[in-house]
Amino acid sequence: MSFLHWAILIPFLFAIIVPMLYKYIRPVHTGWFILIVPSVLFVFFLPYINPVADGETFMETVPWVPSLGINFSAFIDGWSLLFALLITGIGALVVLYSIYYLDKKYEDLTNFYVHLLMFMGAMLGVVLSDNVIVLYVFWELTSISSTLLISYWYHRDASINGALKSLNITVLGGFAMLAGFALLYVMTGTFSIQEMIGQAGGVIDHPLFLPTIILILLGAFTKSAQFPFHIWLPDAMEAPTPVSAYLHSATMVKAGIYLVARFTPLFGGAPEWFWIIAGGGLLTLLWGSLSAIRQKDLKGLLAYSTVSQLGMVMCLLGLGSAALYFDDANELYTVAILAAVFHLFNHASFKGSLFMTAGIVDHETGTRDIRALGGLMLVMPATATISLIGAASMAGIPPLNGFLSKEHFFMAITDATEYGIFNMETAGMLFPVIGWLASVFTFVYCCIFFFKTFAGPFEPERFAKKVHEAPIGMLISPAVLGLVVVIVGIFPNLLSQSIIEPSMAAILQGLPTDAEAFTVDIEHWHGFDLELFMTIGVVGFGSLLYLAMGKWRKLSIYNKTTDPFSPVYDSGITGLLKGSRLITNVQMTGRLRDYLTFVSAFFLIITIWTMIRYDAFVIDTQNISEISTYEVVLVGLLVISMLALPFIQQRVAAIVVLGFVGFLIALFFVNFRAPDLALTQLLIETVLVILFMLAFYHLPEFRKEKMKASFKWSNALLSFGVGLMVTLIALSAFSYGQGHDFSPVSDYYIENSADLAGGYNMVNVVLVDFRALDTVLEVLVLGVAALAVVALIRLKMKEGDDI
Amino acid sequence: MSIVVGVSFMVGTYLIMARSLLSVVIGLNMLAHGSHLLLLTMAGLKTGAPPLLDRPETAFSDPLPQALILTAIVISFGITAFTIAIAYRTYKVYQTDDLEQLRGSPDE
Repeated sequence: MSFLHWAILIPFLFAIIVPMLYKYIRPVHTGWFILIVPSVLFVFFLPYINPVADGETFMETVPWVPSLGINFSAFIDGWSLLFALLITGIGALVVLYSIYYLDKKYEDLTNFYVHLLMFMGAMLGVVLSDNVIVLYVFWELTSISSTLLISYWYHRDASINGALKSLNITVLGGFAMLAGFALLYVMTGTFSIQEMIGQAGGVIDHPLFLPTIILILLGAFTKSAQFPFHIWLPDAMEAPTPVSAYLHSATMVKAGIYLVARFTPLFGGAPEWFWIIAGGGLLTLLWGSLSAIRQKDLKGLLAYSTVSQLGMVMCLLGLGSAALYFDDANELYTVAILAAVFHLFNHASFKGSLFMTAGIVDHETGTRDIRALGGLMLVMPATATISLIGAASMAGIPPLNGFLSKEHFFMAITDATEYGIFNMETAGMLFPVIGWLASVFTFVYCCIFFFKTFAGPFEPERFAKKVHEAPIGMLISPAVLGLVVVIVGIFPNLLSQSIIEPSMAAILQGLPTDAEAFTVDIEHWHGFDLELFMTIGVVGFGSLLYLAMGKWRKLSIYNKTTDPFSPVYDSGITGLLKGSRLITNVQMTGRLRDYLTFVSAFFLIITIWTMIRYDAFVIDTQNISEISTYEVVLVGLLVISMLALPFIQQRVAAIVVLGFVGFLIALFFVNFRAPDLALTQLLIETVLVILFMLAFYHLPEFRKEKMKASFKWSNALLSFGVGLMVTLIALSAFSYGQGHDFSPVSDYYIENSADLAGGYNMVNVVLVDFRALDTVLEVLVLGVAALAVVALIRLKMKEGDDI
Repeated sequence: MSIVVGVSFMVGTYLIMARSLLSVVIGLNMLAHGSHLLLLTMAGLKTGAPPLLDRPETAFSDPLPQALILTAIVISFGITAFTIAIAYRTYKVYQTDDLEQLRGSPDE
């Protein structure tokens, strides 16, 4: 166990301690203790920056199931380090924020912090695991903890629904991903990601390549809320705001992006990989930004904006994967990866701060409806300032970091048309056009977010609470993130060597990393080029659109806020429930007859199929023992009396016949040289008849069976089938045994029972000596049955009592 | 012998699908008989003397299936006794032995 493993496990360990802290140290908000965990881990990960920037990677392995090649390997390179820092850094800020957001008197802090820590550990596990199976386990743990956190206010229906939706969608994707990993194992023979990348050669040409990437991308797309799986994210906004800021914008939803980038060295360069990711991302970008405009709920707006920004990063990763097709690091492609990494970081910073300010607005005013909000600028100046920074960065206004990454985004999508592969010279024209359009919409919703909340006249009577500025503790976290936005915006190259270059090197593994294209130098001013004009166009058109809002806000499409894909999901779920209920009702009738029919019919079908399939019907007439007249009479009597049983209408007669059958069988045992069996059978049969008689004294007379003729016939047919089948099996098995030389186990008993056990009756010796334990258990079974019988008869229960 | 086994299975299957609890019990018993005979038949019939060592013969019938059947007879007796008791109890509580009327509520 190295320190890296402990870093993953510490959050889980703390999650166990939390309830005790909560119980015994009541006066202090539990969050203060939790704050230690991400802060310490953040400091712990910081020293990795320098060696990783120099190109080092760290791999620590602890065997877990070595026989299957499953090891708990922790791996750090630039890309996972970026995530680890984001998870712990933003985690610390979110915990700090939650201390003020959640009231220790009224809220159930145990649940919150246990699940939050569980998530933190799981997410660290996802980004630090090198083994795909371990990664999958942590991946599902993040889904589960996310669900638990969304349903934190579990008394609300909306929370439960949102939680279930996110669970269904992300776990479905996760499961597909597991199948994808299994296929990967088939192709490469290893579960370690780095080993797979080491032998990337044959994967792309493998026939399983396409199913594999589709399954893995299903996992990534559902987790990262890509179109059309994005519908769970807006509903996840029922979670407390710290959770939304942490899981649903900064970290968990980026797990899909992490995965795509992680597998880029393996799959990158294939046209399918390129188009699914770039195309899916582009569509998500446009859809998310359009839907965000229609939202009336502050957090809903931010959710759709997250969807859209995630789509943008995804699209960039898709574009950047082209670099592996050419196998050289030309700036034409690497700029896409650069933009993806840079924007990922920027998005975490500005979206985190925006979520927190939205939470403050909600907390202080009691509403998140933008139609009710307005004029808060003067009442909450600090919150307004932080929001302005965040929104402006998201809209892409210089000199903030959002502007820089958006410039690179434009650069990447305009460069993309020049790739000259994968039909990019024709279909690729869509990228700049759609990307630019989506940016205009992004600008519009940023305006809506800021101006509708903070600008305009302030009318205190519209709010249920007395509105005032948030406490200083609540402002620290968004302010820190806002500061990051500004500082990175002004000095972008602070990050370029330490974070961005190593991340790019990790994503584009295998390319010559010393190439010039890996030297990141982010500048504000590129001269009057296309990107600058695109930005100017975005600001210009966006402002026009926002100012013209009065005209289009009446449109019906604006007033509907539900996503058109949500009903698809809903009807899918209700359909599934109805369907399974239907199947269950057909099958679970509550009639014994039906169940037995299913069992016997299934037995019949499966044995007939097997027999025919393997051509097993053999009837061998050799070696059968000679039959005497005495035996013929016995058989005749037995068959007749057995066949008569179902037709007997009187219970006494039935019981007599049953006893008769039993005694006949005892005679058979005598005839077949089994004296012990005959004795036992006689004894048991006598007791049984007496028992039946006793019971019959209390039970009603047989009624005439009122059964439909068709039922009767189908029963008879089925029984006949079963009987015939058993006969055939018996005959075939016997013949098979004759045809092959099996030495029976019993020889051992025959030879040894006198010597070893000192008994001369072999059957007895087998029972009480060689297999004594079985016999003891048999006695136990009988004892239990006897107790149960006594209990059933003696137990005096009143009507309606339950056992 | 195999035919006898088949017949007993047939009758047993038919009876356990009947509506009366008692028929079900009798059917179970028939199935038990069937399987005992099946076991015995499979071992080969009349291959030698009874498996008693203090007798002069040297060829014996197979003792192992007999031991198995012995166990099975006893266990099946236990099961029959138990089901009879259940039938009795059910009749006491619900005043019927008709399985149609004993069906649970539809949402079980």
